[in-house]
Amino acid sequence: MNLRTGEGGRGWVIGSLLACLVVAVPVLVIFSSVFRSSDGEWNHLAETLLPTYASNTGLLAGGVCLVAGIVGVSTAWILTNCRFRGARMLGWAQLLPLSVPAYLSAYAMADLLQFSGPVQGWIRDSFDLQAGDYWFPPIRSLGGAVYVLSFALYPYVYFAARMAFQEQARSMLEAGRLLGRGPFATFWFVALPLARPAIVGGLMLVMMETVADFGAVDHLAVDTFATGIYRTRFALESPVAASQLSAMLLSALFLLVGLEWCLRRRRRYHRTGNRGSRTAGGRLGPVASMFAFAACFVPVLIGFVVPTGRLLQLAIARGDARGGGVLAGIAFDTIWLALAASVIAVLLALVIGYAARLRRGLRTAGPATIARAGYAIPGPVIALGLLVPLGWIDHRINDGWTIAFGDDWRPGLLLTGSVVAMLIGYQTRFLAVSLSFVQSGFQRIHRNIDDAARTLGSGPGRSLVSIHLPLLRRSLLIAGLVVFVDVAKELPMTLMLRPFNFDTLAVRVYELASDERLEEAATAAILIVVIGLIPAWLLVGQLESNDDSHRNTDG
Amino acid sequence: MRWKLYFALILSIVSPTVAFAAEEEVVNVYSARHYDTDDELIQRFTAETGIKVNLIEGNSDTLLARIKQEGDLSPADVFITVDAGRLRTAEERGVFQPTRSKVLEARIPASLRHPEGLWFGLTKRARVIVASKDRVPADLTLDYEDLTDPEWKGRVLIRSSSNIYNQSLVASLIEAHGASGAEAWCRGIVANVARTPQGGDRDQIRAVAAGEGDVAVVNHYYLARMIGGNEADRAAAGKVRVIFPNQGDRGTHVNVCGAGIVKQAPNRENAVKFIEFLAGTPAQQRFAEGNQEYPVVEAVPTSSTLAGFGPFKADELNAAKLGSNNKQAVRMMDRAGWR
Repeated sequence: MNLRTGEGGRGWVIGSLLACLVVAVPVLVIFSSVFRSSDGEWNHLAETLLPTYASNTGLLAGGVCLVAGIVGVSTAWILTNCRFRGARMLGWAQLLPLSVPAYLSAYAMADLLQFSGPVQGWIRDSFDLQAGDYWFPPIRSLGGAVYVLSFALYPYVYFAARMAFQEQARSMLEAGRLLGRGPFATFWFVALPLARPAIVGGLMLVMMETVADFGAVDHLAVDTFATGIYRTRFALESPVAASQLSAMLLSALFLLVGLEWCLRRRRRYHRTGNRGSRTAGGRLGPVASMFAFAACFVPVLIGFVVPTGRLLQLAIARGDARGGGVLAGIAFDTIWLALAASVIAVLLALVIGYAARLRRGLRTAGPATIARAGYAIPGPVIALGLLVPLGWIDHRINDGWTIAFGDDWRPGLLLTGSVVAMLIGYQTRFLAVSLSFVQSGFQRIHRNIDDAARTLGSGPGRSLVSIHLPLLRRSLLIAGLVVFVDVAKELPMTLMLRPFNFDTLAVRVYELASDERLEEAATAAILIVVIGLIPAWLLVGQLESNDDSHRNTDG
Repeated sequence: MRWKLYFALILSIVSPTVAFAAEEEVVNVYSARHYDTDDELIQRFTAETGIKVNLIEGNSDTLLARIKQEGDLSPADVFITVDAGRLRTAEERGVFQPTRSKVLEARIPASLRHPEGLWFGLTKRARVIVASKDRVPADLTLDYEDLTDPEWKGRVLIRSSSNIYNQSLVASLIEAHGASGAEAWCRGIVANVARTPQGGDRDQIRAVAAGEGDVAVVNHYYLARMIGGNEADRAAAGKVRVIFPNQGDRGTHVNVCGAGIVKQAPNRENAVKFIEFLAGTPAQQRFAEGNQEYPVVEAVPTSSTLAGFGPFKADELNAAKLGSNNKQAVRMMDRAGWR
């Protein structure tokens, strides 16, 4: 008797298929535009801005992946294998940049480094220079965007690489050394190939975040697909051409997601037999320590200390003129919205993850794959793809109401005129996040436990509640918190979908900053950073427990 | 009947405006203005009339797209935009309904409102040239057309073509010089910019003050607010002066911020009251003093800062032309490579 393919769990499969609709529907809406006429707008774009969008997006994603990859892998390698003063502190400090959304980093960096900013002003005053007398890299440029985004996002690579390096058996590295390879060659030919699937996974996140970024590139004057889609939709008033741009971007992204998926399948194969005893490397000498410290501190400086320092300084010097009361209200709205979104995201992920566990096959693996792809869809694209079907449903609801109860009162826009549209939009993008945590939580529970429960007569529902949920508690908490923070700092979708009298902290920051009132925006910005510190802190715990568990096996 | 109760309960949670609409006097406003001074005005309106104001802020284009998307179910009563071209676009898309109001007709000059009352101007904004006191002769006057002269190569600062104020400026140039003349102007600007168009209007002024360029095209109130701003802003504003362009011919390009009542407005009467309030003396004074805009009501004086800028000749506003030329202007700037 094979319990896993038994009769139970049909409800879970159906639930899983329904849950992945939040991702599938907007994508289908976007792709359905490909065959529609855009009244010449597409030709206009192809002749003017499309090449710019494509090359900027490609170069930006490539540049950020390169820089974030080098920084993330090298800091992870140094901090896993070298012992020096401050290494432990730097180990968790690498995750701090995660708490600063890229757009906040862009605001702070542009403010500091632009021509009229304090840094260049100081240079001109100190050396008595005028414009044109010296060269300073322009922050509002493609290079500036690569710089800002790389140091905002490299912790994803760091985290993935660090976990992988920690799990590598010391014996493998020692074998490399014994066979006559130096430390660098061992890293290059042994450690790096072993960690490659994890690093590629981290880079994938970096790439998706980069492509989906709107606030930072908008501020840094780089036209990418994300800003182009927004502009085409609104300035050129062409929803069709905007959807076609989106479809083009999504095709490219899905291709990459597909490639990564193939890599992931191979990763399981790689990991077998890799676990083993693990000791920290040797203590570094004073000079080497200094270099190691600098190499690991500079990324934190650029990604966290400088931007938050600047924002904090501005917040203290001036701050939000509207005062605490209004800001407290906005913070409250942000928190309950993010809380609601994260609870829903965890529940949906649980349904999809559990269905995939109950039954193998396309019907359950399909929804999981679709849900994972949602993370690659930029916010403005989701908003575009959701407004059409949700608006349609709204109108049908009202038509139905009028037929049933008359038209003296109508329910109005239940979905698109309320937070419901936002909550659905957040699922489209962030379900992938909660699903990855929930699925890895499920993987840690041995399947024999399921079989035992089923043999003892408990159905899928009861097994989930009484066995899996208690074991999954930590994974679910982390999943929820990460989604919580992602929602709290989400910008473009919130901007397009929010209902009356509803501002989030991110929206408040964006509005003030785009009105060039960064001093006032800084207060809300700092609150976002504080909220963002929660998952950074959680991931630290994960890293340290991972490290401990591997060290303890030394015995 | 229990399900109906649940339904009402869910409604009241997800959609406060809908559920409370029946009990409370409200007006739903979609506004492209986002200034803290406006919040004070809204509070004052509610205190005076007892009408609660529900507000969505956003940029003109996204709000307009939203109203169209929502169709006959849109809760919007009032749409406020900061650009004459967008007022015209909204008018063309059938977003507004005609309104007769003796108060508004008496207070707002005919040139600043739609003849059938589809929309009403609330404030005026001049798109001026700001010039460095050090590097531009004090007696020099400039027209928009002068900025494309090779003399200004590498000296002009202006923001992105995504900005609606630039779109309307180019739309007005299409009116003045025809499509080919305006496109040549766009190319001339692109050839003369000191840096890739970036930042907002205040950024352009700061860049002139710091010496990154010598002249900038900006809306007047950004400079006026910097004059009354913090220390760094005051210092920057002290290094520049304002030039009203085209005083010898058609006049400086002036844009208008205006409001109209949305076609299916559920709270029409409150909407009229709200717009009348914004055209009233206290609100107009607030726009003038708090936000440094030119009031549309002639009896309300401009702020002392604006009085210091002196009087100027304004290009006669033709919102219809600005609106119909807008898309052409955007495409033109795209072709010229104006970021």
